[in-house]
Amino acid sequence: MIRIDSVTKRYPDGTVAVDRLSLEIPDRSITVLVGPSGCGKTTTLRMINRMVEPSEGTILLDGKDIQQQPVNTLRRSMGYVIQNAGLFQHRTILDNIATVPRLLGWGKEKSRARARELMERVGLDGALAKRYPYQLSGGQQQRVGVARALAADPPVLLMDEPFSAVDPVVRKGLQDELLRIQEELGKTIVFVTHDIDEAVKLGTMVAVMRTGGRLAQFAPPAELLTDPADSFVEDFLGTDRGIRRLSFFPSAGLELLTAPIVASDTTDEQIAARDLTDAPYLLVTDLDGKPLGWAERDTEIDTARLLPYGRPFVVATDSLRAALDCAVLSPTGWAVAVDGEGRAAGVVSQQTIGEAIRGAHAKSATTQKAAR
Amino acid sequence: MSELFDMPSDLQNSYLGLVALHLREALLPVLAGLLASLPIAQLCVRLRWLYPPVLWVTTVLYAIPSLAFFVILIDYTGLSELTVMIPLAVYSLVVLVPAIVDGVRSVPQETLAAATAMGFGPVRRYFQVQLPIAAPAIIAGLRIASVSSISLVSVGMLIGNQGALGNLLNSGMIYNQPRLIWLSVVGTAVLAILVDAALIVVRVLLTPWMPRSTSARRLTAKEATR
Repeated sequence: MIRIDSVTKRYPDGTVAVDRLSLEIPDRSITVLVGPSGCGKTTTLRMINRMVEPSEGTILLDGKDIQQQPVNTLRRSMGYVIQNAGLFQHRTILDNIATVPRLLGWGKEKSRARARELMERVGLDGALAKRYPYQLSGGQQQRVGVARALAADPPVLLMDEPFSAVDPVVRKGLQDELLRIQEELGKTIVFVTHDIDEAVKLGTMVAVMRTGGRLAQFAPPAELLTDPADSFVEDFLGTDRGIRRLSFFPSAGLELLTAPIVASDTTDEQIAARDLTDAPYLLVTDLDGKPLGWAERDTEIDTARLLPYGRPFVVATDSLRAALDCAVLSPTGWAVAVDGEGRAAGVVSQQTIGEAIRGAHAKSATTQKAAR
Repeated sequence: MSELFDMPSDLQNSYLGLVALHLREALLPVLAGLLASLPIAQLCVRLRWLYPPVLWVTTVLYAIPSLAFFVILIDYTGLSELTVMIPLAVYSLVVLVPAIVDGVRSVPQETLAAATAMGFGPVRRYFQVQLPIAAPAIIAGLRIASVSSISLVSVGMLIGNQGALGNLLNSGMIYNQPRLIWLSVVGTAVLAILVDAALIVVRVLLTPWMPRSTSARRLTAKEATR
């Protein structure tokens, strides 16, 4: 565990970058430091590997003061990923990744074999091994940066706004990849970002910092969204935190209706036999069960003139946020649930989703009370 | 044909001998200048305030006429090659120091931060990261310094037989032989061009990591990192 104990960083000109910060960073999980620029989050990160020395306070790594350890040994035991990757432009991709193993005195062949293994792990094509950084896209360079940080299998990974310089689509890919890698490797990751959405998505714990280097709140993301400590945190979370919080409620409990699902070859008699009292619309599917669109009940079904159904949500795996989004997108006000293969699994109205949200709120309120 | 390259006996050298002497007197000072510039430049990178005065000093040294250097140096080093080469080495500093400083400073901040964070000490970081990335800028400086040194060697004739192809020019004028003048002038120019070309080859071999073709491609690579 990394324990930051009332650490202050004061520069000679008197500016205070970090002010009596205390944090306990749990092992094998992602802790995100988030805040506006000038809040001291990067300074805090850099104090963990002693690129910045604290003016007061101590930082303990597994109970030992990091000041007592040789600085380069400490740094080689912590992977470091930086914005724009910071690759060595004069070395090949393979040699970039092999940097820390080489510093640790591994042989050339062993280091390179390890580097190849990591290229695969971060989703890089092995054909890139002999290329130079300028030949890679920004997203690929960032993957190399992550691979390089992981090369010597350090227990700790420090990440300083690693994904903020790439476009949103690439960023989402990198975030998903990081979560996947983390699931496999279980590193202790400290991740700095100014993007609250990124913090909520990646963090097991999120530390919100305010200008002047003070801690505003340290909590799991769901709690942050439910119960912001003060107006600063509330403002920082933005106006739609209620909607975002729904990401943490599963859609598994939603009651899905299957009666309104009709295949394009279902006969009128079969439809007439169903109980459709709650369903003003019918979801028409193709013969494989994939949704085509909505038709009004009690009218003739014309597959060429169906209402669009928006984007479906995946039953059980997607959150209530995804389900609500589907219902809002759909002109009928009904969301379509599909299974993993994209076949219609049921339909659900905005009303039912609304009830599920109220139910989820009530449930989380009782568990939080119990936790206190 | 052999008559074309016949040398007056007072030069005490064949034409090729003069060319070799010329090269040695021009390039050894650049090498010495490079060896002196590396630590000076590193100091300037580390102590920012030192750079402007150092630049000023190298510029002033460059402004001292070689004749003045010779007058002072003759007391110590006599009428030797060294008397010619010391001023040339001093002159090369005016190009090499800024080339190295700019090259080392052009290493991106995040590259340096990444190196430090991975546990590079300052010395290792200098030799394995900063110098290699500065290599193109340093070689660009070496090209200018070498070419200018090749043209400056000729003044060595002022102190006797130390001007190599410069002495040949002098002989051509004294004996009124245009052939010797042409041999001197064309020989100096060809030397300069060949040395410059050789340094370009060295740069290409040392930097396979540089975007090869146009500046447009470098731009896209830069954009890709953004």
